Amino acid sequence: MSGFMHLPILPVVLPLFAGILLLALRNRSLALQRGVSMLAALALVPLALALLGTTADGTHLVYKLGNWMAPYGIVLVADRLAAWMLLTTALLAVFALLFAIKAPSPSIGLGAPLPPSPADARGRGEGIGEGADAGPLCPSGPTPTASPPPPQPSPQMGEGADAGPTPTYDSNGRHFHVLFQLQLFGLNGAFLTGDLFNLFVFFEILLLASYGLLLHGGGRLRVKAGLHYVVINLVGSTLFLFAVGTLYGVTGTLNMADLAVKLAATPAEHAALVQSAALLLFGVFALKAALLPLYLWLPAAYAHTSAPVAALFAIMTKVGAYSILRVYSLIAGDSAGPLTQLLDAWLAPLALATLVLGMLGVIASTALRQQAAYLVVVSIGSLLLAFGLGSTEAIAAGLYYLPHTTFASAALFLLADSISRARGELADRFESGPAMPGARVMGGLFFVVAIALAGLPPLSGFLGKFMLLRAALDSPLLIWVWSIVLITGLLGVIALARSGSMLFYRTHTAHDPASLLRPATSTLAPVAGLLLLVVGMTIWAGPVSDYAADTAAQLRSPQHYINAVLGAAPETAAGRASGDMSLIAGATP
Amino acid sequence: MEALIAVVIGVLTAGGVFLALRGQTFPVVLGLTLLSYAVNLFLFIMGRLAIGVPPVISAAAEAYTDPLPQALVLTAIVISFGMTAFVIVLALKARGELGNDHVDGLQHEEDRNR
Repeated sequence: MSGFMHLPILPVVLPLFAGILLLALRNRSLALQRGVSMLAALALVPLALALLGTTADGTHLVYKLGNWMAPYGIVLVADRLAAWMLLTTALLAVFALLFAIKAPSPSIGLGAPLPPSPADARGRGEGIGEGADAGPLCPSGPTPTASPPPPQPSPQMGEGADAGPTPTYDSNGRHFHVLFQLQLFGLNGAFLTGDLFNLFVFFEILLLASYGLLLHGGGRLRVKAGLHYVVINLVGSTLFLFAVGTLYGVTGTLNMADLAVKLAATPAEHAALVQSAALLLFGVFALKAALLPLYLWLPAAYAHTSAPVAALFAIMTKVGAYSILRVYSLIAGDSAGPLTQLLDAWLAPLALATLVLGMLGVIASTALRQQAAYLVVVSIGSLLLAFGLGSTEAIAAGLYYLPHTTFASAALFLLADSISRARGELADRFESGPAMPGARVMGGLFFVVAIALAGLPPLSGFLGKFMLLRAALDSPLLIWVWSIVLITGLLGVIALARSGSMLFYRTHTAHDPASLLRPATSTLAPVAGLLLLVVGMTIWAGPVSDYAADTAAQLRSPQHYINAVLGAAPETAAGRASGDMSLIAGATP
Repeated sequence: MEALIAVVIGVLTAGGVFLALRGQTFPVVLGLTLLSYAVNLFLFIMGRLAIGVPPVISAAAEAYTDPLPQALVLTAIVISFGMTAFVIVLALKARGELGNDHVDGLQHEEDRNR
């Protein structure tokens, strides 16, 4: 029973402890680190399934940290939406990690590899305090020269003959697995927390880990894109704090459920203040989600980082979308005082515009990785369009579409990496190139990914779009939604068909076939695994969309969430509210 | 007092925004630092201005100051401190790899066609 009681916190502490353990094991063999990391990632799947099973009947599991009462202490809340996001993250993480362990990492596609410089040496271990004096940094293997190292793990020793000296993504620099686990820690925490400031803290954790992962392996273009990503997210964090501070100043609480109660009763003279704070918060979430005017950081960052990291980042924009859904379903529902339906004027039109511009980016892309990054922007447009329409059916469509698009985008990032290695120095650019070794398998996989991403039948992308279009039938934006979604869908088909024919058909015989690498089966297995998940979502579309509909219905009645967190009896909530007010009043001189 | 604090936060924010929009990495880092100072002060003030009153329960106290913003601002300071340290290291690394301290890392011919 006690294990069940602590279920909601396990997905948060497991990656944290795994990360700390991996930090302690950093000088041990790579095989051991991989085993621990993989085990921790795999263990998240049954945990997420257990949470999914527990919350499927509509219960809210509330976990009070330190057993403090709800509005005073921090709570973790697991409901259908949180469990859904956790499961998506866990499945994605397993395949991304598998790819990072198995796939050989090239230095092509990142500009000429630079010789390690002292600046390089200082920069490599950033994010982990102790890494400041990180040891040698050659992509792999024993380094002949190098500063007197803190005992350098001999990364390949445990690998034996099968991996040989080939560098992989996780051996391309130090602390990959630590950062990976901490990233999962931040993601899971953000999905589970029920406290606005705590959400900020988990955002910072996942961002700091993402900075390290984004830059992992180094390279000029990566550093350049990383600098933009870091600076824009730091500004976003500052704005987040301004919004949180304003909300606290007006309401005296940060617990999301309590915030919903207090904001609904905001006196008229504070209406403008809470509206501006809520819109500022929306701006921050839109930045994380890469909504229209704030998406410019995404293509460069995602296109230049390493493939497994880009695949994991497919869930990162969804954190922004999740936060919008979670926070605004609570504080801007149907009866939320001055915030009622606050986002209606903004979210759907901006999402439509994101869809258009993202798709223009897809068409204009000159390389496959870049195209995949713009497809992430497109998917966030569709997702936020569904959330912005706001009806139960539309949110359900969005929730069905969310795991689908996460898995499919991740698969495209991983596949693009194999393709780019098989094409030699042309990498993934859309130019007529040599015929790839292994083109049949990769072409087949590309075909399936393209069908999924373009939203063609029979895969789940089509079902998600169909649900979205049907949900828009009674929306005032009907004409806009239908025309834009259908036209961008067509453009997506054209763009992906053009990419596929350029990469796979317009080929010539290679001058030097030996320089082209045939992708190993183990490299393509994670892609196939992710695609199987997409196929699974199609085959079991009935149960999955039912679950999404239940989740949407739960989100549309936030009173259950509030009751679960604050305790069901409304009069105690009122009493606590007046107590808070007197405390604040007493504090004001 | 309130007006003074408001002006201080406003000036810090304006300076931070101005510097963050510069083209070199060093002013950008300084701008981010000023922004984080501004937001820390802002968070702190959200507990209202109070002088000489305790944040914890005491028999002698006539009034209390709100302790929560103090805890929040402590967290925010630690986070922004760590982030600033990180961005400085990253800016140095970018300087080393790109050969200049422009935020866009200009003047690399071979990057153009990527």
